[in-house]
Amino acid sequence: MLEMIDVCKTFNPGTVNEKVALDRLSLRLEEGDFVTVIGGNGAGKSTCLNAVAGSFAVDSGKILLGGVDITHMPAHVRAKYLGRVFQDPMMGTAPDMWIEENLALAARRGKKRGLKWSISERERAEYRELLAPLGLGLENRLQTKVGLLSGGQRQALTLVMATLKKPQLLLLDEHTAALDPKTAAVVLELSDRVVQEHSLTTMMVTHNMRDALAHGNRLIMMDEGRVKLDVRGEEKKKLTVRDLLEVFEI
Amino acid sequence: MNAISSFTASLPGACAQGLIWGIMALGVFLTFRVLNTSDLTVDGSIATGGAACIMLIRSGVPAWTAALAAACCGMLAGLVTGLLHTRCRIPAILSGILTQLALYSVNLRIMGSKANQPVSVDKYSLMLSQRYVRAAGLSNPIPLLVMIISALIGLAYYFFGTEIGCAVRATGNNRVMARAQGIDTDRATILGLIVANGLVAFSGALLSQYQGFADVNMGRGAIVIGLAAVIIGEVVFGKLLALNFALRMSSVVFGAIVYYIVLQLVLALGLNTNDLKLISAVIVAAFLTLPNMKGGDRDA
Repeated sequence: MLEMIDVCKTFNPGTVNEKVALDRLSLRLEEGDFVTVIGGNGAGKSTCLNAVAGSFAVDSGKILLGGVDITHMPAHVRAKYLGRVFQDPMMGTAPDMWIEENLALAARRGKKRGLKWSISERERAEYRELLAPLGLGLENRLQTKVGLLSGGQRQALTLVMATLKKPQLLLLDEHTAALDPKTAAVVLELSDRVVQEHSLTTMMVTHNMRDALAHGNRLIMMDEGRVKLDVRGEEKKKLTVRDLLEVFEI
Repeated sequence: MNAISSFTASLPGACAQGLIWGIMALGVFLTFRVLNTSDLTVDGSIATGGAACIMLIRSGVPAWTAALAAACCGMLAGLVTGLLHTRCRIPAILSGILTQLALYSVNLRIMGSKANQPVSVDKYSLMLSQRYVRAAGLSNPIPLLVMIISALIGLAYYFFGTEIGCAVRATGNNRVMARAQGIDTDRATILGLIVANGLVAFSGALLSQYQGFADVNMGRGAIVIGLAAVIIGEVVFGKLLALNFALRMSSVVFGAIVYYIVLQLVLALGLNTNDLKLISAVIVAAFLTLPNMKGGDRDA
């Protein structure tokens, strides 16, 4: 599904701020994997996700997605394979545009955009049905600017947008870190539901070890730009926070 | 008394000028508010529009065709700025300044190395002329301008409701999100700059016909007038209605008209015309300050 082969990335090379973010990172995700990614600050978790998303050019190595080499593909082109939810709730939506306009933009991810009206009446009905199960009342506020929504509402909306057109890979970058615990739980639960419903291959970066253990079928711990621990299936189910902390200390 | 009568006499002219500059301000609105960048190309592209239009008319091209061709020249200028900004990664403001500077030479070339080229309404059939601004009937430029502006706002409203138009708006609103949704933000930015400078050059074409000449300096400070129109429109009309996109654009045009009326008022009070730019800057600074005085968020 996703294959990262010897991917390297150094930020600010040759300066005092030089930072090796990815150090010959190799990683292979199977179809349907839901991987939670943990690690300390600067371990390379977000950099890993951003390398896949194409936020920057990697220094060396290869990234394959579904057999396609996307290493040198511009971010907006590979966007057609990817759904993304960011840590910052402001990042995933256009605040001055309506809820339905944001959804309509997401519905056209990877499609050619033309001079057709941006949203149809049929889509509107579809979006209402999509938003209703969230229980946030967004289905009745389609023509509200997204900037007026709370952080949690925005993350929920971004999640819906990221999966509106089924992505090959869903990237969740600490997407609940900026939310209060209650809202975070709601958004996490929603993420679980969406991932299962569409059987999405998913990478979720998190700082919360409990969340990392409770979600997904596989757990990766990163350290200094490489994979330090990779457990899956039954083995992962037996893992405890204490176990993780022990590995973390090494 | 004299001041009042000269002020009222100048009102139709102020309205016509406001309408013409309103078209230019629509271009500024597009870059400043929709694309969320500052495009300084406009000081040059408005003069390019004027120069191209006048020279074409003088060589026998019908006025409407000349004005549309002038708009295309402006679009080219927008394209250059867009390429400098996106392909060469030069900051938007600097890209605009570079194009604007280059256009000064280009404009002189267009006008046959003269700083000023006249076009007489007696000799050529123009779209509009200052001469008839107080006349009744079809020769009066104001109804024509209102019609053109309505058409342009209608077109722009439609365009920004389409898939491509929404992609441009999303690009201005949140680049990261736009790219994550598969939008080529570079292309969207270029497209926005092209459309904006097309509008600006079209306004220059109308302005040069209206005043009966094109001048290489006619665009000096244009960006300030454009910004003034956008801001005045927002300050004066923004609170009245929950503005949709078409009304926001209309408020920009009204902003331009208000600007010219205020300017006439100031002149009628006996201020020196040499102080015009100073007065303009003060008016714009005042209107830019106003929204911040109402206790807006201090952190922003």
